[in-house]
Amino acid sequence: MQKLLAWIDDRFPLTKVWEEHLAKYYAPKNFNFWYYFGSLALLMLVMQIVTGIFLTMHYKPDTGLAFASVEYIMRDVDWGWLLRYMHSVGASFFFIVVYMHMFRALLYGSHRQPRELIWLIGMVIFVALMAEAFMGYLLPWGNMSYWGAQVIISLFDAIPLVGPTLSEWIRGDFVVSDATLNRFFAFHVIAVPLILAALVFVHIVALHKVGSNNPDGVEIKKKKGPDGIPLDGIPFHPYYTVKDIVGVAAFLMLFSAVIFFAPELGGWFLEPDNFTPANILQTPPEIVPLWYFTPFYSILRANTFAFFGVEAKLWGVIFMGLSIVFFFFLPWLDRSPVKSIRYRGWMYKTALAIFVVAFFVLGYLGTQPASGVKVVIAQLCTVLYFAFFVLMPWYTRIDKTKPVPERVTSK
Amino acid sequence: MKKLLILFVFAVLPAGAFASSEHGAKLDPVNIDLNDKASLQRGARIFVNYCLSCHSASYMRYNRMGHDLGISDELVKENLLFAADKVGDLMKAVMPKEDAKLWFGVAPPDLSLIARARKPAWVYTYLRSFYRDPESHSGWNNIVFPHVAMPHVLYEWQGDQRAVFKKDAHGVEEFAGFNLERPGSMSAKEYDAAMRDLTNFLVYLGEPAKLVRYQLGVYVLIFLAVFLIFAYLLKKEYWKDVH
Amino acid sequence: MSEEGVNPRRRRLLVITSGLGVVGAAFAATPFVLSMMPSARAKAAGAPVEVDIGKVEPGQLLTVEWRGKPVWILRRTPEMLKSLSEDTKFLADPKSAVDQQPNYAQNETRSIKPEYLVLVGICTHLGCSPAQRLQAGAASGLGDEWPGGFFCPCHGSKFDLAGRVFKNVPAPTNLVVPPYSYLSNTRIVIGVDQKGAA
Repeated sequence: MQKLLAWIDDRFPLTKVWEEHLAKYYAPKNFNFWYYFGSLALLMLVMQIVTGIFLTMHYKPDTGLAFASVEYIMRDVDWGWLLRYMHSVGASFFFIVVYMHMFRALLYGSHRQPRELIWLIGMVIFVALMAEAFMGYLLPWGNMSYWGAQVIISLFDAIPLVGPTLSEWIRGDFVVSDATLNRFFAFHVIAVPLILAALVFVHIVALHKVGSNNPDGVEIKKKKGPDGIPLDGIPFHPYYTVKDIVGVAAFLMLFSAVIFFAPELGGWFLEPDNFTPANILQTPPEIVPLWYFTPFYSILRANTFAFFGVEAKLWGVIFMGLSIVFFFFLPWLDRSPVKSIRYRGWMYKTALAIFVVAFFVLGYLGTQPASGVKVVIAQLCTVLYFAFFVLMPWYTRIDKTKPVPERVTSK
Repeated sequence: MKKLLILFVFAVLPAGAFASSEHGAKLDPVNIDLNDKASLQRGARIFVNYCLSCHSASYMRYNRMGHDLGISDELVKENLLFAADKVGDLMKAVMPKEDAKLWFGVAPPDLSLIARARKPAWVYTYLRSFYRDPESHSGWNNIVFPHVAMPHVLYEWQGDQRAVFKKDAHGVEEFAGFNLERPGSMSAKEYDAAMRDLTNFLVYLGEPAKLVRYQLGVYVLIFLAVFLIFAYLLKKEYWKDVH
Repeated sequence: MSEEGVNPRRRRLLVITSGLGVVGAAFAATPFVLSMMPSARAKAAGAPVEVDIGKVEPGQLLTVEWRGKPVWILRRTPEMLKSLSEDTKFLADPKSAVDQQPNYAQNETRSIKPEYLVLVGICTHLGCSPAQRLQAGAASGLGDEWPGGFFCPCHGSKFDLAGRVFKNVPAPTNLVVPPYSYLSNTRIVIGVDQKGAA
């Protein structure tokens, strides 16, 4: 065994990788609940890829066959229903996990110097994940798949000059059609997953270069023992591997509960309208994207007037784009001398709470028909959403902070 | 922080936001019980004898249905196989789609997933809400699905009903109830029971995996709970080192 | 690995948790593996096939499809049947010792009723479909001693009129006799075993 290991180590840095990234990767000892979501996101990526591979064995990317092939998976393929639910419920759980993972950064300043690049890579992963989910949603070729894609691709029409040509280029046709389905299939099953896997790899490499942040926002590398090991650090393996396994088990219980007892989750994870095949003559009464897109969809719809000589539709698209672009700039918008919310003043805490509420309200409104008072509330929440980012340099600078301890506080 | 967590959990899992009924008619609740094999079998018989003449259930196979509902292949062959010759065939409609389109104006939709696309309560109410309407093409109308192209196929069972409308305070006509003009071969209670069986069957038809899903889920959760306990004890044991 | 033996409780928990993890992973893998088995559609397409053999003339061969494979039904003439006992010197497995047929067809004619031969028309060498050379003698192009049978054009394997393989050809075994049974004197069903025969 030792000989074999030596033989491999001469040719591949197996022991080195093992030690640098697990056995001798020192992570702060005070990780809390929010620190489970990184490993869970990785679990979900693997889950989606594996279930996806097996679904691809039976799915047919053809407008005449796609819907039937999904039902074929649900009925004729042994255990196909389970694979399909794991994948469809998995998509929603992937987003839950990723949103929690991102929120963790907002809580403890994980995006701040020196981890800006980790955050930027993470944001690219998030955008890629949204593209992946959007294209995947077309594949069952249900009526909501079809109309959802139709509506979202039409957004590109709003871009001046190139818009209409661009959206035709995306669709490969004048409407969403077989060509669109086929290319979305190609992107969904191979192109984007490859990009995602590569980005996740880079995300972790960048993290292990600077080391993990923690709920106190203290750099543990500043206080090292005589052996060069951070005093507040513990080896990732075995301590965080055993801890993450607990997280995985608890997570899988929640995940299984939904898969086996409520795979549609009352229409939130699988929409009733998508159990009807795509019908180019009949739009569903309400076109509702899945929940993970609805906050952004609300922002898209919220703007109802033209200003600066630009039509309302284009402003909607611009706002929706900005609502994601602002996230990229977070590390530089935040001017606070402290990272963790534990040592911040009331202003940041209030701002974050308002932002979270606005995000959820927008998310809920995105599932509702846009009318009357709901439009006004959506507009208000859109303003609050952007205020969180735009005003951040101001309120984080003047906010009263508490002194940050030298070492991490006990768990 | 705890508050934020609670906020998250509440916002992530509010089931039932889509549960509200469609605008318009009130839907009657229906007791769906997929463990009631007798009800599913009765529903299957109604479905195959009446619905399948025009509607297909083309994602479903006869032998799968038979197997799930406890009907042997021989019995399926003798009693239910009108539109196909093999028990392994998909449940296609007896009537060709083109003919149906010519007769009804629209092709009758496939019913495999109807109970998932619509809610069971909708299906149940729809099946009981046909009424005579001389102004419509087929001579029938439906409260839940106004101007539906389908005539009332089961009127011999239910009888002829007429809808009663009342004007409300704003002068808008509102549905007030049905008036049975000519009774059918079944009493209202019998007809409701038959439609409950049919709806029950349609729910099964929408997702055959439902028959095994729940039970399997219990085993999976029990296993994961045991695993969680040991994983937690292991974690506790290791973390004794960390001070 | 230094903690081995140091802390028995830790070791025990580690073994139990990993054991459960392995069991769980095996359970989780099962649906994935089984999803690759023939689906209900494939099984329906591979369902037993009923064939009316009443119209097959003596010496005539009828080909039907079962599970996507050609199945031959040959009504043998008395001369053909006679050849089966005369050609054994050419054959590798004249007694059908190798399990290539249901046991109710493990006889000299490799059939339930001697007259009717039912065979899967796929060469046991590499899966080509052999050509029919039912005529005996030189007319077949296979030499004067040819007893009548099948000749695989891919690699030259030869089989007699019971599907028995010749010596010194690439095919290792006799052609496969599928499970079949008689519904009546003129109807057989391919894919269902003869009742009373296991």
